[in-house]
Amino acid sequence: MKLNGVLAAALAAGLLLGTAMTASFAAEVPEGTTLASEQIFKYRVLDNINTLDPQLVEDVDTSAVVRSLFEGLYNSGQGGDPVPGVAESYEVNADKTVYTFKLRDAKWSNGDPVTAGDFVYAWQRAVDPKTASNYAYFVGLVGVVNADDIVAGKKPVTDLGVKAIDDKTLEVTLSFSSPWFVRTLSHATLFPAPKAVIEAKGVDWTKPENIVGNGAYTLAENTPGERVVVKRNPNYWDNAKTVLEEVQFLTINDENQGLTRWRAGEVDQTDVPAGQYPALKAELPDNTYSVPNFCTYYFSVNMTDKQTNAALKDVKVREALSLAIDRDVIVNGVLQGGQTPAYSFTHPLTAGFKMPDIPAASMTQADRDAKAVQLMAEAGYGKDKPLEINYIYNTSEAHKKVATVVGQMWKEKLGVTLNLADMEFQTLLDTRHAKTYELARNAWCGDYNEASTFLSLLDSKSEQNDQGYANADVDALLAASKTSADPNVEYAAVEVQASKDVPIMPIYFYAKVFMQSASVKGWPFTDVEQNWYAKDLYKVAE
Amino acid sequence: MIAFILKRLAVAIPTLLVLIVISFILMKVAPGNPFAGEKTVPKAVLDNIFARYGLDKPEWQQLLEYIYNVVFHFDFGPSFKYRDRTVNDIIAQGFPVTFTYGAWAFLFATVIGVSLGVAAALRQNGWIDHLAVGLSIGAQVVPNFVMAPVLVLVFTLWLRWLPGGGWDGGHWSNIVLPVIALATSYLASITRIMRSSMLEVLGSNYIRTARAKGLPGWQVVFRHALRPAMLPVVSYLGPVFVGMVTGSVVIDLYFSTGGIGQAFVNSALNRDYSTILGITILLGALTIAANLVVDVLYAWIDPKIKL
Amino acid sequence: MLTDRRIGNLAHPAPAPIEEASAPEKGRSLWMDAARRFRRNRAALVSLAMLILIVLFTFVGPLLARWDIETIDWTVVGSVLTKGMPSFETGHYFGTDEVGRDLYSRVIQGTQVSLTVGIVGSVIAVIVGTFYGAVAGYFGGRLDSVMMRFVDILYSIPYMFILILLLIIFGRSFIMLFVGIGLISWLGMARVVRGQTMALKNREFVEAAIAGGAKPLTVVFRHIVPNLLGVVAVYATLLIPEMILLESFISFLGLGVQEPNTSLGALISEGAQTMQYGTIWQLAFPLIFFVLLLFSFFFVGDGLRDALDPKDR
Repeated sequence: MKLNGVLAAALAAGLLLGTAMTASFAAEVPEGTTLASEQIFKYRVLDNINTLDPQLVEDVDTSAVVRSLFEGLYNSGQGGDPVPGVAESYEVNADKTVYTFKLRDAKWSNGDPVTAGDFVYAWQRAVDPKTASNYAYFVGLVGVVNADDIVAGKKPVTDLGVKAIDDKTLEVTLSFSSPWFVRTLSHATLFPAPKAVIEAKGVDWTKPENIVGNGAYTLAENTPGERVVVKRNPNYWDNAKTVLEEVQFLTINDENQGLTRWRAGEVDQTDVPAGQYPALKAELPDNTYSVPNFCTYYFSVNMTDKQTNAALKDVKVREALSLAIDRDVIVNGVLQGGQTPAYSFTHPLTAGFKMPDIPAASMTQADRDAKAVQLMAEAGYGKDKPLEINYIYNTSEAHKKVATVVGQMWKEKLGVTLNLADMEFQTLLDTRHAKTYELARNAWCGDYNEASTFLSLLDSKSEQNDQGYANADVDALLAASKTSADPNVEYAAVEVQASKDVPIMPIYFYAKVFMQSASVKGWPFTDVEQNWYAKDLYKVAE
Repeated sequence: MIAFILKRLAVAIPTLLVLIVISFILMKVAPGNPFAGEKTVPKAVLDNIFARYGLDKPEWQQLLEYIYNVVFHFDFGPSFKYRDRTVNDIIAQGFPVTFTYGAWAFLFATVIGVSLGVAAALRQNGWIDHLAVGLSIGAQVVPNFVMAPVLVLVFTLWLRWLPGGGWDGGHWSNIVLPVIALATSYLASITRIMRSSMLEVLGSNYIRTARAKGLPGWQVVFRHALRPAMLPVVSYLGPVFVGMVTGSVVIDLYFSTGGIGQAFVNSALNRDYSTILGITILLGALTIAANLVVDVLYAWIDPKIKL
Repeated sequence: MLTDRRIGNLAHPAPAPIEEASAPEKGRSLWMDAARRFRRNRAALVSLAMLILIVLFTFVGPLLARWDIETIDWTVVGSVLTKGMPSFETGHYFGTDEVGRDLYSRVIQGTQVSLTVGIVGSVIAVIVGTFYGAVAGYFGGRLDSVMMRFVDILYSIPYMFILILLLIIFGRSFIMLFVGIGLISWLGMARVVRGQTMALKNREFVEAAIAGGAKPLTVVFRHIVPNLLGVVAVYATLLIPEMILLESFISFLGLGVQEPNTSLGALISEGAQTMQYGTIWQLAFPLIFFVLLLFSFFFVGDGLRDALDPKDR
């Protein structure tokens, strides 16, 4: 999953303006707005908040909490583009391998100044084998010199390519030319860490009584399984522009329960259960939202010899199966939440990516079905010689619905019997990774806004290549894309090749479907990664 | 009595050890690991994490070290999923919550159940009897995962009387719905047990004799009948208590109370080995303790029984 | 022994030993008496009829079905609320589920699965529990205390949690479900049977059999076990609904039977998720069957106990 590629010109151009960038970076309340007297935002999270240690953060909801407690060099703005955080500006050398950041006069919540040394400490901490962070690899992924070797224990942490020139100047050296480095700085792994507190309190440093942060909020309460409460941090450098006084992250496991409590006014934002979006949109048009989300849902086909179903080794069968999936029914009939049918892998809204023409995408479903039947006949299967396939997915109502519907489509159109095996998530991961399945549910969310975050999964050497798909042309194209003047040429070729080989059957591109109280303003609807900052939000009087 | 308790406690220790070993083996056999996610973690990173938690050591050594730490330091180790918390933290936070609503539910189910059962028995085949029997069977057959969302719809969304979830440090308004959802089916069982055992006692010879002697009705009931009639209820209380704890899986899920039940299910699903073990041991110890208390109580109520 | 008086985690006190049963020659009249008493219990009788009706329905019902359990009615997909209602016209007598499958067929199938789980769990309890309890009770002494200590240990294990672990590790299947349920269902039965056996073993007819040279195991199975049948029957009947409830909880956790198969617990848990969106039939039909089934078993069980235990009332 290396991405030493050069990005699309447009994207790079946007980033080079970085030093002059003055986009929005706080709640922008229009003139004449009457703010609500109570500025408390209540946000529903699905699961527990796993940790408050920025270098250990793994999941999306936890990141949202940590983003309010800590701040990196750059934040992600309304549209997903970087806006200055602790850094005021940066300079970059000609081949884009050395970035020098100028830090502003920011303070920790205990009043200490935030220095370049705090970033050096945090980044070293992230790759330190003793910290044992799941995201240790992220520092190497974005290109910081020696990160991978330090993770592997081959070099000391002090060799990491990050240096404090003085208290307010941070220099980062990358192992490859990267125009998009600044985009990665809003990731929690690269947030600063308060050295003195961590060394004094050890593992307990994130407890409410100990924690010190540099974000717009400080921790008031952390009760896993119930809620995390954060309150305005008066020491935050841009505190004057913060409007929300308090944010409550409320754990509500059951999404239907979340909706009931949203209706009762107990939460300001909650997800819409699968299938309920049209009815809610009709009933509450001003509160119901569906925005694209940076993930792709797909079926993985096991391409290795570890599975014994010969039919799946026949590309005609794979193509027929993929064609016979009526994505419009899944999207409009089952999920009904503004998802988009997918015939290729990379999310269409990926910055700078232009989707190539995949033939199946422009056919009618009737044509696809006809072609599918024909392909199956050519492969020697039909209603008289039925095919049986085993499909694994993890326990969830939505996955179950998709599996059931696809199974019936294949049965009716192709005479294929799809045996469903519902397993629990960890078991699915293990089975998928061991490649002992035939067909498996899969999904991928982009780590950063560039096409290689998806396409590198098709590389035969990728750890994430659950399919065991190995095509030398694809590998060569992906390698070439890293030095290409316009990597989109290679990306398009990879997509086209994958659509011919069918190692995966893309089903749909995600949407985030949610209810939000009308009083909440400032939500970043146009950011496909949906990185929101509490400091950018405010509540108006109703 | 003391000898009996000591004997039971002596058996409890090997029982708990067996429980630890069984759970440990089950966990290690289970596919997956606590650090796996939709995105595969690179091998070098995984190695570091395993080394950090001592998971790179041979399994028997992990087990022995775990038992050593539990027995001598009362340390259940760090949680693998909640990276900045220990299992002791998780239990210290979740158990009081579960215990609070569990204890209220226990009290509620026992007091109301016993009263209803006695009332029904005293007026056998009267309206109160039919009502009690009907209600109790009805309550027993509606699963609490249906009851909980219905309660929230009615009391939170329609009536707006009570919050639909959260704990808020144990505010009374957050306790009411969990207690009702948890207690109902046990209340029903206790009512039925109490009713039938009361009927049995009221029909026995010595109660008839007492009545024949002309003792007033209430005195017969409360002085002579209640105590023996309580016996089957008392023996049911152990399982009720355990049910209150396991029932917290549903309660925590629907009411976001942050109790121990959800912590267990989450840790089992996430393969958070140390948390699964910690909670299993805690529940095993509680079960043993509850059974012991029930036995002692039983002997106290029924003097014929010698411990 | 204290634990004799306890029946463990089940909601019902054990019936007292059936004294008449101690004399085998009077057995016939005992059963006839019991039958007469049972017939006089209206609630139990109605419940028995209801049970028979439900069981019959699970056999006859499929003949009337126009859809099977897995076929999707594509005209309904995407508008279940308006087109998936119960209707004779569409052939969905009970409506459809969220993806447009016929709920009538699924409820019938779910009822069959739930009944099977209940009955199999109960049968395991009867077989294992009776033999275990009778052997422990008859032989007494060391063997008894070892065997019963083992039961005590199993009781101390938070079984719901072990069950969750088992289902996660070995995957979901009917077999695992039965193993999981069977693991715990026999414990209470073993205790009850042991207590009854101890009460019976000193009776004349047992002593007569021993004097006649019968081997110990023969005495247990020929002479003692048949005299326990009343207690066992009551207990087993009351165990069935407990097992069905347990299965529903397992289904709620998402660890029940595999699709496209279903159980009442799985259907109820699906229906409960959508009840606030107007598709109330998805909860109502499975819940009605579930409630009727459990009601019937409880009343029949109570009726049996009253009938077999004349001391009561």
